[in-house]
Order: sequence, then C-alpha cells, then structure tokens
Amino acid sequence: MDPVLDAAFFLRWLAAATEVMDREGDRLTELDSAIGDADHGINMRRGFNAASDAVAKEPPDTPGGVLVGVGRQLISKVGGASGPLYGTALRRAGKSLGDADHVTPEQLRDALLTAVDAVSELGGAAPGDKTMLDAMVPSVQAYGAALDSGAGLTQALAAAAAAADEGAAATIPLQARKGRASYLGERSIGHQDPGATSIALLIDAFARTAKGDADE
Amino acid sequence: MKMLINGPDTVVADALRGLADAHPELAVDTEKRVVVRRDAPVAGKVGLVSGGGTGHEPLHSGFVGHGMLDAACPGEVFTSPVPDQMAAATAAVSAGAGVVHIVKNYTGDVLNFKMAAELVEDDGVEVEQVLVDDDVAVTDSLYTAGRRGTGATLFVEKITGALAQEGAPLAQVAAVGRKVNESSRTFGVALTAVTTPAKGSPTFDLPSDELELGIGIHGEPGRERRKMMTAREIAEFSLDAILDDLPPGGPVLALVNGMGGTPLLELYLFNAEVHRILGERGVQVARTLVGNYVTSLDMAGASITLCRADDELVRLWDAPVNTPALRWGM
Repeated sequence: MDPVLDAAFFLRWLAAATEVMDREGDRLTELDSAIGDADHGINMRRGFNAASDAVAKEPPDTPGGVLVGVGRQLISKVGGASGPLYGTALRRAGKSLGDADHVTPEQLRDALLTAVDAVSELGGAAPGDKTMLDAMVPSVQAYGAALDSGAGLTQALAAAAAAADEGAAATIPLQARKGRASYLGERSIGHQDPGATSIALLIDAFARTAKGDADE
Repeated sequence: MKMLINGPDTVVADALRGLADAHPELAVDTEKRVVVRRDAPVAGKVGLVSGGGTGHEPLHSGFVGHGMLDAACPGEVFTSPVPDQMAAATAAVSAGAGVVHIVKNYTGDVLNFKMAAELVEDDGVEVEQVLVDDDVAVTDSLYTAGRRGTGATLFVEKITGALAQEGAPLAQVAAVGRKVNESSRTFGVALTAVTTPAKGSPTFDLPSDELELGIGIHGEPGRERRKMMTAREIAEFSLDAILDDLPPGGPVLALVNGMGGTPLLELYLFNAEVHRILGERGVQVARTLVGNYVTSLDMAGASITLCRADDELVRLWDAPVNTPALRWGM
C-alpha cells in the first residue's frame, strides 16, 4: 500500500536523509577532494543535522512546511554553493505545495520540477555540466514517466532513485563546466560529481521512506 | 597531520576568540560570526563588507579597520559564509550611505552574498557588489564558473577602503573597486597540497618532486602539474601568464603573496625574480607588498598579483590604514 504524502512522511524522509548524510558524508567529502575543496559531506551533514534539530523543536504540520523549514535551515547553516542551491530548491519546492495537509504524487512531481528550475536558475547550469542537475533532471523525468504509465508512488520513487543514481554515475566521464570543479578543466574528467551524488542519496531516502512505509 | 587545534569542529570559533583577544579595536561576535570595526557605523561613510571561507588569513578579518573593511564574515574553512552573517555585518556597518559587498568569484560566495543583499535591501540598505575575479589560471571562462577571486582582493579592499574613508559616495567607491579588479591579474603555484582541519590529510597528492601550476586558494588542484622548477622559472611562467592578459598601461602595484606554508625568506627571493623579470620587460613597479596575505592554510607556494595603477590608485594605496594585518601611515 502506497503511503500518504503528509507531513509525517516528509519528516520520516528528513530523518532518513539526515542519517544517510551522517553515514555517507565521508564518501561525499572524498569525492569532493578529487575535484573540489573537500567539504561537501561535512557541509551536508551539518545542514541536515541542523534541519532535523530545528524541525524537531517545532514540527511543521504540512508537507510544504517541512520542505520550507529544511530549505531555510540549509540556507542558514550550510554556506558554500550547496547551501543556497539545496536550500532554495527545497524551499521553493515546499512553497509550491502550499499549505495542504497532504499532497498527491503528481503534486510531488510538480514540486520536484520547481526544485530543478530553482537550481538551474540560481546556479546557471545545464544538464551535462557535471553538477547536481545531472542527477535531478533524469530522476524527475523517471518519476513522472512512471506515474504516467500508471505506477504508484513507491514504484515511481524507486524509478526516480535508480535514475538519480545512474545520472550521478554518468557524471564520471563529463568535464565540469560549473562550480569549483570547472577550474580543473579536463582534469575534472574521470571523477563522479559530489553534488549529483548527494542528490541521488536524498532521492534514494525518499524511495526508501516510501518503501519502508509500504512494507509495513 | 599535526595541527595546533582543540578539535576540527571548533577551529573557526576558537580562532575568532583569539582574534578578539588580540584586537580589542574589533568587535568580534563569535555567535553570529561577524568581525566589525568597533567604531562602526562610521557616520556618513559607505560601509565595506567582505567575507568568505576561513583558511585564507589574514584575509578578510585581518583587513578590518580604519581605511579598509568595516566588517568581515568568516565562514567555515574554505566554505562561503551564510546570508545571515552577511546581512548582520551589513546592518552593523550601514550608516545610511550604502554598503559595498566585496565578493570573490566563487559560486558559493556569489550566491550567498546575492541572497544577503536581497535581505538587507528589504530593510532599505542600498548595496553595491564588487566582484573580484583576477585569477588568470582559469582560462576558459565561458565553460567554467569564471575566473576565481584571489590576490587582487587585497588591492580591492585596500583601495576601496581608502576611498570610502575619505567620504566618497557609494557609486564611486564601487566603481574604484571594479576598476582595481579589472586592472589586476594573479597567478599562483603550489609546492604542497593543503590539509584542512576537517579532513586531516592533504586534499590532493602532490609528489615531492612536482608542483601544481595555476592553483586557487582552496586546496583545489591546479590546471597543470610539472616537475619542480626553480624560483626563476616559476616567476617567468607566472608572469608570462599574467602579462599576456594584463591590460596595457603604466606602473603596477605588485603583491608577492605566500600561500601560508612558504617562508618569508623564499618569498623575498621570489620577489627578486619578479622584479628582475618585470624590469627586463619594461614594467615599472610603483609599490610592492611581500608576505602571507591571501593564504590557503598550510599550503606551500606563492602567487603574484599585478595591478595597473594610475596616480590616483597609488595615492589610495598609500593612504593611511590600520588593521591587524596592514598598517601604515598612522
């Protein structure tokens, strides 16, 4: 049975996302040290822990409220490029959900598209530039395609997670054109983009949250 | 790697406490993470705010004081500060004449300062941004995040600071900052990789007989790696890159900057090569500054920054300044 996309679902996602940043932060930092400045995992860990703490103090009662709250904390606590990019993506996605106490899988797709637009606008990157968008764009497409072909939420999120993972892996042969990795020119080729990797982790947290709920 | 720290998580806060202890003339808020001239806001004066990741000391906090910055916002090590810090610093220095944000061109710094400017503009503070992007090692600007802001940041902060101290209006202060940036070019080399407190080990592997050419200031590798060169060869390689790109003109201000792990003896030796080569190529040096000013933690290496300076820029460079790291004329 597919779970209901209510505030509790998004809070369970936040817990899963925070846990995965704690667990995988060192790997993200390792990826970032190859082509960036070796702090992506550290920053994401700090941001998601701050978001979890803030939300625990005053749990929002709508899906939009959770995403806006997490986004604001990331903007306030992370710094670097990832703070504004992840923070604005989640904040705008949350705003697009309004104050409904639960949302449909289709509304979630629109929210994810809003997040993609926010990242493109703010960062000025396009798919293929070796950035987080290379995981986001195929992931949202896969999610939408799954819904269109009649899949339920759990199945669509699983497709989204698989596509994000493939998108992140597909950044390895790319030459970076945005962000700090772009300074390396051709030397950025052969490394997986840390931002695309953390996106894949966050979407996988959605898929696992839905699956965990569905299995219960 | 051994470090003089208590633990990686408290490095920035601990260092800010030490800065406050050493410099009672600065108001250091370790909670909000802002460093402000104690006499700010100075009546009628345009406020100057800069900031960026820590690990580049004395940039930026060491340049807060009379004739230079009014406030700095130190971020985590090598990580842009957050908009809240920048907004707090801007509010603290705003005397009604507007505030200039001096921003090094990195995706994170640019985004966070942009969000901060929106926050304070909602409160009626007029903000002009001066972007610093002087690093000629980044060649393909169309397909990158653009040139990095490095050594020229010191020139921009000193010269805009001097003009603001004289009471010039916002547009004029921002314009001189942009002029200094457009007139400046930098090239840097690394002899060793950098070790951040959080990671505890070097961020890239650099064999002991090789160097990285065209590095930035965040431990990111450069564009090219070669077998170790002499100071003379490094100076020639760096100045070739700079002079190829520097706008033509008269005398220059020269900054021979250490990355943090290279002794001053070597920097002066390097400076001698820089002066010799510039002399051979007919470039007159109006002023020279040698030392560790725009650093990258413990990285060994150096950068050269040249800024074409007319009489007005030289005058503003010579104007009195009183900050922890630059102090003359008063």
